[in-house]
Amino acid sequence: MNTQLLIQLLINGLVVGTLYGVVAMSFVLIYKATQVVNFAQGELLLVGAWVCWWLLTKYQVPFYLGMPITLVFMFLFGIAIQIVILRPMIGEPIISVIMVTIALSTVFSALMKWMFGVNLQPFPRIFETQNINILGLQVQTVYLMSLAVSLAMMVGMAWFFRLSKYGLAMRATAFNQQVAQSLGISVKSVFAMAWAISATVSAVAGVVVAVVNGVSAGLSAYGVKVFPAAILGGLDSVGGAVLGGIIIGLLENFAHFLDSEYLHWGNLYEIAPFYALIIILMIKPYGLFGTKDIERV
Amino acid sequence: MTETTEVNRRTPAQATGALLSVRNIEVVYDKVILVLRGLSLEVPKGAIVALLGANGAGKSTTLKAISGLLKTEDGEVIRGEIVFDGERINGIDPDKIVRRGVFQVMEGRRIISDMTSIENLKLGAFTRTDDGIAGDIDMVFRYFPRLKERTGLAGYLSGGEQQMLAIGRALMARPKMILMDEPSMGLSPLLVKEVFAIISEINRDLGVTILLVEQNARAALSVASHGYIMEQGKVVLDGTAEELRNNEDVKEFYLGGAGDQRKSFKNLKSFKRRKRWL
Repeated sequence: MNTQLLIQLLINGLVVGTLYGVVAMSFVLIYKATQVVNFAQGELLLVGAWVCWWLLTKYQVPFYLGMPITLVFMFLFGIAIQIVILRPMIGEPIISVIMVTIALSTVFSALMKWMFGVNLQPFPRIFETQNINILGLQVQTVYLMSLAVSLAMMVGMAWFFRLSKYGLAMRATAFNQQVAQSLGISVKSVFAMAWAISATVSAVAGVVVAVVNGVSAGLSAYGVKVFPAAILGGLDSVGGAVLGGIIIGLLENFAHFLDSEYLHWGNLYEIAPFYALIIILMIKPYGLFGTKDIERV
Repeated sequence: MTETTEVNRRTPAQATGALLSVRNIEVVYDKVILVLRGLSLEVPKGAIVALLGANGAGKSTTLKAISGLLKTEDGEVIRGEIVFDGERINGIDPDKIVRRGVFQVMEGRRIISDMTSIENLKLGAFTRTDDGIAGDIDMVFRYFPRLKERTGLAGYLSGGEQQMLAIGRALMARPKMILMDEPSMGLSPLLVKEVFAIISEINRDLGVTILLVEQNARAALSVASHGYIMEQGKVVLDGTAEELRNNEDVKEFYLGGAGDQRKSFKNLKSFKRRKRWL
């Protein structure tokens, strides 16, 4: 058995998995607060990545400036999407709102192709050293950055939901909008905030992926990958989304290992997460951490 | 819509200047169902006023009209006005009404079951920006000591504890006025007593004005200074708590067992006739 390869792949899995976790987290954020399944999550990633790439290559903005500008832009972009496109849909059947997000996804992906082309664009180099040696393993610096950024986002999110006033307000809105309003919470602002944060967090993930792999339209495929992650964790659990992401990431890479070493079926890693999803949902229909309502009779 | 209709009821608050006055409001749901048909009431500053009536009389709708939550249920005030603290508040978003100092404790507690008590209390103070919040949590625990012992999720609290949490959450907003919808719902008679004792204590200590909607007329009139009785979207009788307690009709219809005997359905006609205010 090729242990070296296995470990390498598992590390990849962990890194990619935490990224899936981050994107799944931002997906769950919108679902929790607004009950909307956002099919345009992957496109938010892509928009963030392109904006950052554009700033860095066309305007030669240094990364430490380009990144914050991108995040601010995405924050406002999220608010704008909510106000212009989703706010008028409040009160419409949820299925119509979901269709709107599918439309958003199509429009954004076409728009990005039109503006930035369909070719893969390498991201400018950010780190001086490409690899760092950890315990005899060559680990790419960007992977370390990715891991660190993902963990930071997760800790930030946990803090936000547990301890900050607006995080609590968002949870209250997720619980029941009328109750939230009776507490003086403006549901409209919470919705806007959910989109803003989700877009920002997605953009961070987008930029990280772009730094590793370069930017191309294919990046929005992450939006599809987070479905199994989010559903696995239970659609309404932020912690579950993170864990779901890591599971999917590890599973993918493990499947890749099995495939390349033994089975030689090809592309097993693409579908393995979905098999796992089916099996887990058969055992736990609410996902690993999805909440059933507490009911006292 | 802006016409100001004369308040045609004798109200005790007119002299002192009411904190809340509801003037001849009409409320429709879904643009067609008329629920309140010209309802007026006044709540003097610092008082507890009870709003009594049978199921479907429109009591909860009245509260939601005041707090603005009607909007979330496709309801609308189509006529009349609601004036709080000298300013007209109908048509304003519910979150802004909370900021003006009107806080509704909704029917059925509606605490957030997947949060802890403390998180629920913190949310009560959402509109506040001052630094007295931690102190006020202690204050709530002084009123309801048993909440402090229950550190788990609020969904696992007993019905009485949930009601206490809901009232505590309202206190956290430091409101000028609390609208309470059926605090006695689903509670044992002993707990009802306890909760109402605390309601009157809160009113006395903190000077919070309370508009209390109740089915349990006896309990409500024991703490209120003044009461209104609603039937089919209108106020049909009002007076001081004392007057209402001694009113024959109120005794018969709301307090039960008016002296002699219970009425059977055979006497439905006389029953209806005796509701002379209709």
